[in-house]
Amino acid sequence: MKNENLYKYILGIADNSLILGQRMGELCGHGPSLETDIACTNISLDLFGQVRSFYQYAAKIAGDGKTEDDIAMLRKEREYVNVLLVEQPNTNFAYSIGRQFLFDVYHLLFLKELEKSKDLTLSAIATKSIKEVSYHQRFSSDWIKRLGDGTNESHQKIQSAIDDLWTYTDELFHQTGADKAMVKEGIGVNVTTLKDKYYHLVKNVLVESTLKTPESKYFQKGGKQGIHTEHLGYLLAELQYMQRAYPNMEW
Amino acid sequence: MTTTEKHIDPKLVAILEQVSDPEIPVLSIMDMGVVRSAVIENDVVKVQITPTYSGCPAMDVIGDDIKKALKEAGYNSEVELILAPAWTTDWITLRGRKALEDYGIAAPLDSEADKSVLLEGKRLVKCPQCGSTNTKLVSQFGSTACKAQFKCDDCQEPFDYFKCLK
Ligand SMILES: [Zn+2]
Repeated sequence: MKNENLYKYILGIADNSLILGQRMGELCGHGPSLETDIACTNISLDLFGQVRSFYQYAAKIAGDGKTEDDIAMLRKEREYVNVLLVEQPNTNFAYSIGRQFLFDVYHLLFLKELEKSKDLTLSAIATKSIKEVSYHQRFSSDWIKRLGDGTNESHQKIQSAIDDLWTYTDELFHQTGADKAMVKEGIGVNVTTLKDKYYHLVKNVLVESTLKTPESKYFQKGGKQGIHTEHLGYLLAELQYMQRAYPNMEW
Repeated sequence: MTTTEKHIDPKLVAILEQVSDPEIPVLSIMDMGVVRSAVIENDVVKVQITPTYSGCPAMDVIGDDIKKALKEAGYNSEVELILAPAWTTDWITLRGRKALEDYGIAAPLDSEADKSVLLEGKRLVKCPQCGSTNTKLVSQFGSTACKAQFKCDDCQEPFDYFKCLK
């Protein structure tokens, strides 16, 4: 493939949103209240919309006849390069919100940089996504505050979700080979430069929410290389079921 | 490439005005501002539309409806989705805003006011039922990606607010 690095780079961005969108979509009909349920599925829908633009572009670059749907639905687990954070399960509502928040803060910082990309398609998708992700971050931050500064039980639940999910945050700032190549060409975002700002922003919200910022320095990684936690396989089984059972089916 | 000039062949305007957003049937796609260009080239109409929100499932339906309306008027057509420049609620026409209000959806405020409403809880959105601005945000996310849920504290009616996108 001529633009293999660009192709891989796009998947690196889009897979995060696909998997997180699927996780949020799992909450459809299970949210704690109607409004929250609708919010979670709206976030899911925004993410899928962004994913479609990215995969359509990736399919064009690959030029091998595969479509956005093939890329989304028919890869094997090891071929997905999303970060481990987004595949973590909806253990309880605090986990769903904690996961969303820890990703949203990164996502918005990332997109604001991607908007400056020399690649006009990536820049246009970023511009469009920034507006949507600002709402996501607002939503998840509000919930962090509500749960953290809420009852003893909600405080304890969101604190333990943040503590558990913390181990997956460092991976957001790891660079792959494709990342480095794209940064060199002025197309990609140098994620290592976002790290300090990220932890600063996250900490501010945690402090405001009466929550402790975890101090653990032990971090998990591997998602960007296709080495996933045990949770991704189950998620993909559901995500891919229709296309596997009825190949090429259309809605 | 960031031009917002629209090139729409006058012969096509009336046909395209018949197509509406499937989720907001009172709003034609022309008044919504999603049609960025429509020209006739070698007997084929080429239409460019821009998505409102990226996950908006209405876009596929709108594309099909455009083709259908043009077919009925005797044209073959191609519809292309373009991302830049990104759609903004400023492109909704005055007539479109009126149609929204009549339908019970509060039209978008300017971006500063919108932010203070959605992010700081200010009461500025006018209730489409009674006209009061004593309204409060229920959720930033509504029945579709483009709307937020509000409630009027005077007439007590819940209603949708079309979020400003800029
Ligand atoms: Zn009212």
